[in-house]
Amino acid sequence: MYVWIWRHLPGNLGIKLAQVLVLFLAVTALLFFVIFPWIEPHLPISQVTVPGEK
Amino acid sequence: MVDTVDSSGELADPQSHRRPTPWVDRVRWLLRGVGQMLITAGVIVLLFVVYEVYVTNYFADRAQAQVKTALKQEWQHTDGEDPLLPLPGQSTPSLPEGKGIAYLYIPRLGRDFGYAIVQGTSDADLEKGPGHYISTALPGQIGNFGVAGHRVGKGEPFLNLDQLQPGDPVIVQTESHWYVYRVGGRPGDISATDAQGVPGREIVDPSDGDVLDPVPDHPGAIPKKARLTMTTCHPKFTATQRMIVHATLAQTVPAHGLTMPASIVAIYSGQGA
Repeated sequence: MYVWIWRHLPGNLGIKLAQVLVLFLAVTALLFFVIFPWIEPHLPISQVTVPGEK
Repeated sequence: MVDTVDSSGELADPQSHRRPTPWVDRVRWLLRGVGQMLITAGVIVLLFVVYEVYVTNYFADRAQAQVKTALKQEWQHTDGEDPLLPLPGQSTPSLPEGKGIAYLYIPRLGRDFGYAIVQGTSDADLEKGPGHYISTALPGQIGNFGVAGHRVGKGEPFLNLDQLQPGDPVIVQTESHWYVYRVGGRPGDISATDAQGVPGREIVDPSDGDVLDPVPDHPGAIPKKARLTMTTCHPKFTATQRMIVHATLAQTVPAHGLTMPASIVAIYSGQGA
């Protein structure tokens, strides 16, 4: 997959590297701001409460 | 398969150099795919740790700052009535969830340790700061003022809750009063119980709601003291258990505006700074 992407990026080596950086940052942002916040409540890592009788 | 780059910067098609048998080609393709997937998964897991430990703190700190400011402004433009002090004959006021109700200070965790406690303990509430269990008592009331807080990430107010020692002050500021609670236990033994059988600290199962009882761990018992109970996850990074710290009201100081009363300042100086 990565090879395929690299082959299809236009420009010379420097331009390609810049594009790779932008792609990586875009994916990271997607993970940080959309996917992780969405997935996190379903993971058993950040629960700090005990059942309070309501 | 190693990709080579020729002088023009274009990738050469490796298949033009040599023609491996289709079988070897397919195994190579498969192995490379598996390898890339594993590396990708590893990077995603690392990014998740970064997110959990840094990014969530960034958002939680901003939310907490907003709650803090809002609460301060509310108290500055007060009508003189503390919403946490029900008038005689009135039942406990219903406070809007997610809104700040009091400030929490724990000198042991540093001079700069100060959080606005929000009403409610839903995920959304706890992303703003430590949350008050709605069904439990209010600060200073006879009974148990229950507060939950994150240990890792999300502002991590209770990251170092395990460092509290018996007798340590836990200070709650409301609009009308400063309440000084003292962590239970005996010096050297924080899990020692007091006369009513309540320890200073305990590690319990996540389903153990009894720690929030008016007399903690004693369902049905009649409370005589005003207590405070803090809950967070334990061990760090997991939700296997809950760490519970109980404290008992030792001192009540009337508030005069937003400035810290001398007796509270004295607690900080006594802490050895």
